[in-house]
Amino acid sequence: MESLIILIPLSILAVLCAAWFFFRMSNSGQFDDDQGPAWSVILDDDRAAATEQRSTNPQE
Amino acid sequence: MSEATEKIATDEVYALDETYNYKVVRQFAVMTVVWGVVGMLVGVVIAAQLAWPELNFGIPWLSYGRLRPLHTNAVIFAFGGSALFATSYYVVQRTCQVRLWGGWLVPFTFWGWQLVIVLAAITLPMGLTQAKEYAELEWPIDILIAAVWVSYALVFFGTIVKRKPPHIYVANWFYGAFILTVAVLHIVNSAVVPVSMGKSYSAYAGVQDAMIQWWYGHNAVGFFLTAGFLGMMYYFIPKQAGRPVYSYRLSIVHFWALIFTYMWAGPHHLHYTALPDWTQSVGMVFSLILLAPSWGGMINGVMTLSGAWHKLRTDPVLKFLIVSLSFYGMSTFEGPMMSIKTVNALSHYTDWTVGHVHSGALGWVGLISMGSIYYLLPRLYGRQEMYSMRLVEVHFWIATLGIVGYIASMWIAGVMQGLMWRATNPDGTLTYAFIESVKATYPYYVMRFFSGLLYLSGILLMLYNMIKTIQQGTVVNAKIPLVQPHVPAAAQ
Repeated sequence: MESLIILIPLSILAVLCAAWFFFRMSNSGQFDDDQGPAWSVILDDDRAAATEQRSTNPQE
Repeated sequence: MSEATEKIATDEVYALDETYNYKVVRQFAVMTVVWGVVGMLVGVVIAAQLAWPELNFGIPWLSYGRLRPLHTNAVIFAFGGSALFATSYYVVQRTCQVRLWGGWLVPFTFWGWQLVIVLAAITLPMGLTQAKEYAELEWPIDILIAAVWVSYALVFFGTIVKRKPPHIYVANWFYGAFILTVAVLHIVNSAVVPVSMGKSYSAYAGVQDAMIQWWYGHNAVGFFLTAGFLGMMYYFIPKQAGRPVYSYRLSIVHFWALIFTYMWAGPHHLHYTALPDWTQSVGMVFSLILLAPSWGGMINGVMTLSGAWHKLRTDPVLKFLIVSLSFYGMSTFEGPMMSIKTVNALSHYTDWTVGHVHSGALGWVGLISMGSIYYLLPRLYGRQEMYSMRLVEVHFWIATLGIVGYIASMWIAGVMQGLMWRATNPDGTLTYAFIESVKATYPYYVMRFFSGLLYLSGILLMLYNMIKTIQQGTVVNAKIPLVQPHVPAAAQ
């Protein structure tokens, strides 16, 4: 199964890259706040009228 | 809480003339619907051909074998691809609070991708194909796809790099993984030896080729048709429901669990073939493992509605988004079950597989894309909502009815075919000739055709609704807020 000679190392490499990246991001505090990011997406007012007439209470 | 709200109100300051790039989002959003109509129409045509084979009229380029890859390419890469481009460009800009990076690369991704689709629509009916499922396009088009895809990656990650908030929102993680993985899959699987502009031979042979093909094929399902659309799910469901993701922590766990477990499900497409037994078993085990992250994500998405369930009654866009998740849950349960070798012995090569694929494609990918585009269009054209919300509601119901009719008829047809093919007489001979199972399938093919017709009429309503919305709207390019609304961790 020569194709596995490509695919298995490729997968292992991909997993190692993902693991390295995960720990790098985790150590940099990327995943520390588990509430704020979810809320800031909700609070970003992207309604079409937002440019002219803005709601004063974005949480509405 | 009140302190946080006050702070948000004062944060609404805008940079002078800086706007988001909504133009490219508009282009892709509109083409999503246009290609959806085309791809689903071809699907209905070939569904009719399976029931009434005379419908190819003896014209080679109308034959099933040529139109079927046209259908799959049109719905996956033209419809689904455009939806992914549109939503990822929107989400990455809104959550990073910056304009898309990349200058001319941005319009290049749009026009390049459209060119790929047009070339596919010309070459596939001509019979030019690499004969690899979901990777049929010949090598010159493959090179163009690679160029567009690398540009896409540059634009997307370039935008992430210049983001204002330090955090990268979870939807962007899913989109990012989708973009990177599809690049690797496409390049590995498209390795060929060209002999002319329209003909090439795979760099791999025999069972090796099959293994590479299904490593590509299933991971394309996993990353093109799942990870990318999960990015959509994690942005548009919270936005439409007006509620934050049920558990943001779970969404991050969901992402990494999917990344670490996905890559090896491919061999389940090759059960009981020349592929070594152990490779088949590895594929089966990994497919079963995938149930956990898939359902974790589905529950996270559905539970986002907790406290806002009543909105489901009145908001048709939310119906699209949430029902898409229930089909996601169904097909990610069905998939691992079908990957079990003993189940696969019954289901493989039958229409059960076709039903399974369509519960994912029509139910999950289709509905979540339509919901997201319904969310986007009014925002891109300066309106509060679509031209007719009533039509959105009608679209939702006929689409859902179409999906249920489709998968139910294919389940019955598939299990029946599997049972007929394996039935033996006491003396060991086969009970049924193959043609008897074809004959028995006929009514289900007719049912499937009408279900597909329902689904197609749904997206035709969407096309009409979109045209009216655009006619009555004005092109909007939203300004970029100067400061990201910030909520302290203690806010909720």
